[in-house]
Amino acid sequence: MCGIIGVIDRTRQCMDGTGIRAALSQMDERGSGEGAGYAVYGAFPDFKDYYAVHVFFDNLHETKPLVEEELSKWGIIEHQEAIPTYDQPNIRKVHFPWRFFFKPDSHLMPWSTTPADDIVTHLVMKINSSIPGALVYASGKNVAVFKASGWPEDVADFYRIQDYKGYLWLGHNRYPTNTPGWWGGAHPFNLLHWSVVHNGEITSYGTNRRYIESYGYRCSMYTDTEVVAYLFDLLIRRHGLSIETAVKALAPPFWDEIDQMPERDKEIMRAIRLTYGSALMNGPFAIVVANHDSMVGFTDRIKLRPLVSGELGNRLYISSEEAAIRTMEPDVGEIIMPKAGEPVIGRVRG
Amino acid sequence: MVDTIRIDAKGMHYTPLNKAIRAAVASGARKIELDHVMGQRFIADGLRGNVEIVINGVPGGDLGMFMSGPTCIVHGNCEHAPGNTMDSGTIVIHGNAGDAVAHSMRGGMIFVRDDIGYRGGIHMKQYKEKRPILVIGGSARAFLGEYMAGGLILILGRKGKFPDIDRGIGSGIHGGKIIIRGSVTDHNLGVGAKKNDLKEEERQEIAPLIEKFTGFFGLDPAPLLNDRYYVITPSSARPFASKYTWEV
Repeated sequence: MCGIIGVIDRTRQCMDGTGIRAALSQMDERGSGEGAGYAVYGAFPDFKDYYAVHVFFDNLHETKPLVEEELSKWGIIEHQEAIPTYDQPNIRKVHFPWRFFFKPDSHLMPWSTTPADDIVTHLVMKINSSIPGALVYASGKNVAVFKASGWPEDVADFYRIQDYKGYLWLGHNRYPTNTPGWWGGAHPFNLLHWSVVHNGEITSYGTNRRYIESYGYRCSMYTDTEVVAYLFDLLIRRHGLSIETAVKALAPPFWDEIDQMPERDKEIMRAIRLTYGSALMNGPFAIVVANHDSMVGFTDRIKLRPLVSGELGNRLYISSEEAAIRTMEPDVGEIIMPKAGEPVIGRVRG
Repeated sequence: MVDTIRIDAKGMHYTPLNKAIRAAVASGARKIELDHVMGQRFIADGLRGNVEIVINGVPGGDLGMFMSGPTCIVHGNCEHAPGNTMDSGTIVIHGNAGDAVAHSMRGGMIFVRDDIGYRGGIHMKQYKEKRPILVIGGSARAFLGEYMAGGLILILGRKGKFPDIDRGIGSGIHGGKIIIRGSVTDHNLGVGAKKNDLKEEERQEIAPLIEKFTGFFGLDPAPLLNDRYYVITPSSARPFASKYTWEV
């Protein structure tokens, strides 16, 4: 059990973190106080063209120079700072959250069609697998991630998320089941433009991990949700699938349902299942994934975790519970329950 | 004796809220009205007595769990599993409800004006005079009556197309009955479930339930009373006999 929520403003009107803090705290019952976090798009207008590389350091004097050295091999660090935190009685500050605003030198990866993204992905995987005591937990442009071990309201106050503004927010309240609660295991998980919050278990984690590692990703956070971020990056950014098709690959219809489809849909769906069999995610899950332009929520194919959505004006809300949405937006319209395995998608206009 | 007690639940955790409800019942209140309910779980859980609880807002999961006797009237939607293992009493929901409505329900009645989510009536059961009843005005999502062991689920399909598009109706059913207005394709029947037309005595059985339902929500029962219904029951006396035990 975990609690998830996301909101997107289709006209990029910004919201501060007050609303999502209240909404996520409303779902405290879904967590255990061992992990909570938030992601916000549009958080760094002064550095919007730089990759915001967020790192948890165990200590600064030993490991930070090693990370700086890696980053400097591939580009320039325009600015760096300790992420401001404010002591909370219920949060033990076991890591030092730090952020680098980084610009990769695209000439250094001439064989890639998306060299800047690929350089940053390479750096994230390399640092996380080779520098003990440093964990890169976010790396997108203009995206901030705030997470720690604690309750949603304490984590929000620890980073003072009300001081940040953005047009798309995700929030997650963790109830760790298969692995211990730790800062790196708190959600959202982020890679480049992708941020993921997840309630449930990916029981196909082993298969998915082998698949994703064969494309150069390295899993380092001891929890299943990490693969979801990497799968979205692979299927959408690198393979060029649409969001709808990617969701069909990750949570496909059953074969007996495919057999009943019109001939053309049947052919497409069979091709997706055969191509992406190892990307298929099994187990109970409800997931919200975001990038700069969109937010998508979907559940596993037999709906073993809750997910509802609602709209008001330009804003789309997706959450585990209706009450969380209504806490953030009391005037929200009709609450919809998306069908199992079918995505609900909000996109910014223009 | 105070007859009606109002409680403002705004910002209140469910523990003090339930304590206040129990104190009101103990003081002899016959009606309790809860305002600004927003996601508080476990309301009226394990509560006994002859009391009506009006809930204004969105109650959290497991409303009326183990409840024995009271009536809960919800003006809003419900989250997951209202009536979980409910023993007796009534829940009336003026809106939708989430997944696993009437989960393991063992007695009493639930009426939902609109739609419910997945696995409605999962593992409902019955014993002697205890026979739970779940009436849905709209439609239900997949796996309706999953592992059902007793009781009655009645789907009135007031909005039309549902639930003939969803799979696994009565999946694993080994007791009880699901009655659905409209069409049910064989493809959407779950493992161990079979479909029949409504018999005359079954029509007579559901008529008072339909009238009760329309009475709660101020609707006309006429179009529902004489329409076509299908009845889903276990395919045999023990459809899963060979699944878990070896028998010669």
